Amino acid sequence: MAKVLMKGNEALAESCLRAGCRFFSGYPITPQTEILEYLCWRMDEVGGDCVQTESELAGVNMVLGAAAGGMRALTTTAGPGFSLKQEGISYLCGSDLPAVIVDVQRIGCALGDIFMGQGDYWQPTRGGGHGDYRTIVLAPESVQESVDLAYGAFDLAEKYRHPVLIATDATIGQMIEPVELPEMKEHDIDTYDWALKPREEGEPQRAIWNRYWDWEDGGRKYPAYILEKYGKMEAEEQRWENVETDDAEIVIVAYGTSARVAKSAIQRARKEGIKLGLIRPITLWPFPKKAFDELGTQVKAILDVERNILGQMKDDIILATGNRIPVEFYGEYWDNTSEIKIVEMAKEMLSRY
Amino acid sequence: MVEIICSGIGGQGVLVAGMVLADIAMEDGKNVSWYPSYGFEMRGGAANCEVKISDESLKSPYCLEPDILLTMSESAIDTFEERLKPGGVLLVNSSLVNKDRKYRDDIKVIKVPATEIAGELNNSRGTNIIMLGALAGASDFYDADHVREGMEHYFSKKGKNNPKNAEAFDRGVQSALEQL
Repeated sequence: MAKVLMKGNEALAESCLRAGCRFFSGYPITPQTEILEYLCWRMDEVGGDCVQTESELAGVNMVLGAAAGGMRALTTTAGPGFSLKQEGISYLCGSDLPAVIVDVQRIGCALGDIFMGQGDYWQPTRGGGHGDYRTIVLAPESVQESVDLAYGAFDLAEKYRHPVLIATDATIGQMIEPVELPEMKEHDIDTYDWALKPREEGEPQRAIWNRYWDWEDGGRKYPAYILEKYGKMEAEEQRWENVETDDAEIVIVAYGTSARVAKSAIQRARKEGIKLGLIRPITLWPFPKKAFDELGTQVKAILDVERNILGQMKDDIILATGNRIPVEFYGEYWDNTSEIKIVEMAKEMLSRY
Repeated sequence: MVEIICSGIGGQGVLVAGMVLADIAMEDGKNVSWYPSYGFEMRGGAANCEVKISDESLKSPYCLEPDILLTMSESAIDTFEERLKPGGVLLVNSSLVNKDRKYRDDIKVIKVPATEIAGELNNSRGTNIIMLGALAGASDFYDADHVREGMEHYFSKKGKNNPKNAEAFDRGVQSALEQL
C-alpha cells in the first residue's frame, strides 16, 4: 500500500479502527484531541460509535461496558485526563477485560502544561489505580510505530483478557510522517465466550464482575491465576530495540521521542569516536530486562534520557541491571531533549568511569 | 539531511507551506517529518513547523540547525534567525519587516515583498505560496519546477488546486532569482 502523510494522533486512530475497534469514548484534551476529532466522523463511515463523554471517567467506564460486550474498545487521553482513567483501568484489570487506553503524554503535575513531555512513566508502569495489577505498556517512537503497535494492541489485550496501554507523547501525536496503513479488519463481538450478550432460553448466565467470583472455591486459587498471568506477560512480551550496543561504552536508555533524539546523538558521538549505544524499550511494562542481560562487559555506564525532571524510568533500569552498572539521568522540562547535551554528557561520563 | 523551519503568524499558511515540502519529500521517496507548534496557536499568534528530510531513516524530529528558514513575520526572524546554519537561507517577507533590520552576515537573506505581491495578484491568501516559490528559487536543495509540480500535486490530492497558486509561486521564484 502507498504511503500517506498522517498526523500521529490520526494515524493511531485509523489504525485502531482498522484493527476492528468500533467503539471509542473519551474527552478532549491537548495533545490528543485529534484522536477524538478524527474518530467522530470516521467511526460513522465504518458503522462504529464514537462518544464524546462528559468526562474522562465516563470515557473509560463506557469502554469497560463495550469491552464486556465483546467489542474492541478504545479511549484516549493525556496528562491530567490519564489520572482520571485510573479507577477504570483498575476495574478493567479486576474484571479481566481487554481494551486499549492511550496516553499521549505531556508535561508536569496537576494541570502541568500542554507541552511535549514524558511526564507519566510511573503511572502506566506502576499502575495508577488501586489494587494488584499491571498492564502491558507500549511506547512507539514514530507515527509508523504508533500505527503498528495500535494495530496489534487489541490482539494482545484479548490474548491476556487484559487492558493494554499505549504511552506515546505529544511530539509523536502532533508530528506528521509518511505511514503505511494496515488492512481493515472486522472484529466479531461473539468471538469470546466470556463476552456478555442477550441470553437464550436455557443458556448459562454470563457475568462480568470481579474475576475471583468465577472460581468455585471462593477465589482461593485466584492469586495463583494472577501470578501466572503476569508472569507470562513478563516472560513473553518484553520488546525493545538495540542501537549499536555491541561495542558501546555508554548506553543510553530512552523511549518514544527521546529515543529518536538519542539516535541523533549516537550519530554525532560516533563521528567523534565516542562509543555510544541505545536500548529503546518498546514495552515499558514488562520492562525489557532481557536487553540488559545481553549487555557486554565493555559498558561503563548507562544514561537514562527522558523528557521530565525526576528520571522516572531510572528505577527500572537499576532493577534491570541489578545495580551492576552506574546509571545517570539527563532530562529536560521546558526544552526539547538535546542531542548535543547527550553527547556532552556521554563524554563527561567517560572521563569519570 | 535538510532541516527547514517555516514560521510566521497563524493564518498566513506557514504550516501548509511546510506540508507541501513534506509531501514533495514523501513523493520523492525520502523520509520526512513535519512537527508543528500546537495548542496555544491561533490566528494572529505565532505558528511554526519544523520539517526534516533525509535519505536515511529520520532520527530526532527537532531542527537544531535549519538549512532554510522561511519567515513570514518579524517575530519569526527574532525567534529563529540565530539557529540558522552558517551559509543557510533566510527568506523574509519584507512587506512586514522593518527595512533597516540588520541580519547575520554569514547567511543568505532573500527579501520577498510577499504581502505586496499577493495584493498585486489579488490573491491575499497566497503569501505562503509566494514565499514557497522564493524558497524553491533560492535554495540549492530545490529545483523550482519540481516544487511547483509538487505543490500542484499536493493541492490536487486535496481536491482544491487553484490556478492562482502557480502564478503566485512563479512570482516568488522570480523575486528570489533577482536577488541571487
